[in-house]
Amino acid sequence: MKIAVCVKRVPDSEARIKIDASGKAIDEGGVKFVLNPYEEFAVEEALKLKEAAGSGEVVVISAGSDASQETIRTALAMGADRGVLLKTDHIPLDPLPVAKALAAELAEGGYDLIFFGKLAIDDYSHGIGPMVAELLSLPCVSAIAALQIANGKGKAEREIEGGVEVVEFPLPAVLTTDKGLNEPRYPALRGIMLAKKKPLDVKDVALETGGLDVLSLSYPPERKAGRIVGEGAAAVPALVDALKNEAKVL
Amino acid sequence: MIDIPYLTDQQHQVREIARGFAEREIRPVARDLDREARFPWATVKQMGELGFMGAPWPVELEGAGMDYLSYVIVVEELARVDASHSITVSAHTTLGTSPIVNFGTEEQKQRFVPLLASGRVLGGFGLTEPGAGSDAGGTQTVAVEKGDHYVLTGSKIFITHAGVGEIFVVTARTDPTSARSGRGITSFIVTKDTVDVDTCTAVGIGHAPDLPKTPGVKAAKKEDKLGWRASDTRELILQEAIVPKENVLGEPGMGFVNFLKTLDDGRIGVGALSLGLAQGALDECLKYTAERQQFGRPIASFQAVHFALADMATEIEAARHLVYYAGWLRQNGKPYKKAAAMAKLFASELATRATIKAVQLHGGYGYTTEYPVERMMRDAKVGEIGEGTSEIQRIVIARELLGDVVAVTG
Repeated sequence: MKIAVCVKRVPDSEARIKIDASGKAIDEGGVKFVLNPYEEFAVEEALKLKEAAGSGEVVVISAGSDASQETIRTALAMGADRGVLLKTDHIPLDPLPVAKALAAELAEGGYDLIFFGKLAIDDYSHGIGPMVAELLSLPCVSAIAALQIANGKGKAEREIEGGVEVVEFPLPAVLTTDKGLNEPRYPALRGIMLAKKKPLDVKDVALETGGLDVLSLSYPPERKAGRIVGEGAAAVPALVDALKNEAKVL
Repeated sequence: MIDIPYLTDQQHQVREIARGFAEREIRPVARDLDREARFPWATVKQMGELGFMGAPWPVELEGAGMDYLSYVIVVEELARVDASHSITVSAHTTLGTSPIVNFGTEEQKQRFVPLLASGRVLGGFGLTEPGAGSDAGGTQTVAVEKGDHYVLTGSKIFITHAGVGEIFVVTARTDPTSARSGRGITSFIVTKDTVDVDTCTAVGIGHAPDLPKTPGVKAAKKEDKLGWRASDTRELILQEAIVPKENVLGEPGMGFVNFLKTLDDGRIGVGALSLGLAQGALDECLKYTAERQQFGRPIASFQAVHFALADMATEIEAARHLVYYAGWLRQNGKPYKKAAAMAKLFASELATRATIKAVQLHGGYGYTTEYPVERMMRDAKVGEIGEGTSEIQRIVIARELLGDVVAVTG
């Protein structure tokens, strides 16, 4: 079983985000970056499949700046075998150029499964996984919450509105992982030591510019302070009025 | 996140792992463990799997093969959330395992260290006695040589892991003619069954049925403590314990010299623990004072609170670099006795000050178990007592400054 896991370096969800001087990007100074949490599920699932098979290889691939090496090493510390960094200084907002670069790297790899997180928590893009599947003409199941692999076939569950969708697919395939799929392991201390010695190829890539451009970033509007309209039953008419005419939710 | 330019990427990564683990796995259970004074076998098992129970020991002995500062950071980060977990790791590693790593024969290391470094079995160190604590030379436990073994009789008190653990290094007097001096004391490795055999079997760690146990080694009643309540502290009783000669650790008669070195390591451990506690208290205060409103604004906007937070943060920074410096000296093979004593003295006294201040900043809520600062305050005090009291640290430092002749006044 040869498995690729594509990962992204993203700001920690608890980081305080500041917009930089250009007004089009975030200021990365002082921001902690992590492995995209949805891709922790992907790494964990790949490792579990390899462990269950008793043999195989888990390759972690990321497109990004040199700093993404650290993100790849985190996945190596969890137990992945080797890493590939497609080095580029700028990740465009348009997922297609990134998908093309990843597809070119994955095409010759002979992978049975290619994992992505279902979305990246920085730009909330869901696009790259399905795009890569399309570029490689592979079946794609997105946002999986359960997975079984047997005899060259796979069966995945997706949580959909009001139920569960069960999907069968042939290998090779592209899968994007959702919360609930598994409980990602912590990297063990020994894993960090081992990760330092695992191979990490750095390949320079030139991405296309893509069709999307960031014009500006702005902060969400500040929440207005709440207001107490009164107390007890006597306040109900005033409350209903405020909900109707002020908040316009009734 | 603490970003220190002189630490390596690996050390930063270790901090992230330890902090993530402490936040996600320990924080939700710390309050109940403290209240019930329950030893946390489930999280100890996880810590073993993560390599926390043998961070600085070689991979060949089933340790994590980390440098010493990485280990110090693990102890610090655990204490930031729960001091009991931190002392469990620190006592197991520096007191229970390090004497065997440092002074054991190859055969002893192979026999005991993998069990300890992997966290499959817990270890401890038996030095303190009813008549010997800071005065370690006053050891009264005796070891009488009989053919191929020694018979040990005596009592060791306040021993971390005496109940839950299975492998211990204890000191005993082998030369009765040298009573009250440091000479003639020998270290031994003794074993016993954990008191929690059933739980250990269920959880899957803590008990090694194949490990031969020393007849006559027993744990007594658990101490009911002010702090560190989820750690196990008891008397370890040696009742004509029959210890084979192959379990003599280091040179006979050199036990005293050896355990002084072990205590130096332990001091870095308690320093790191105290540092973590103080940092944890500060972090709680930063959160609370920003949220708590009085007179229509967060209390963090009052200058009295600024001063308190600024003092805490400054002292914590000073303690951090003292502790790391001691760890760095040890890691690089330099003398570290004075630095270790200073780190422990300063960090433990700071932890007491900072946690008392933290309760004050939390006001009435700080006095309840709803917030962790009251537990932190109770956990801090013992840092000034265990592994050499503050008074002993000052004596050690003064001796290093003045030399033995001037400073030893009896």
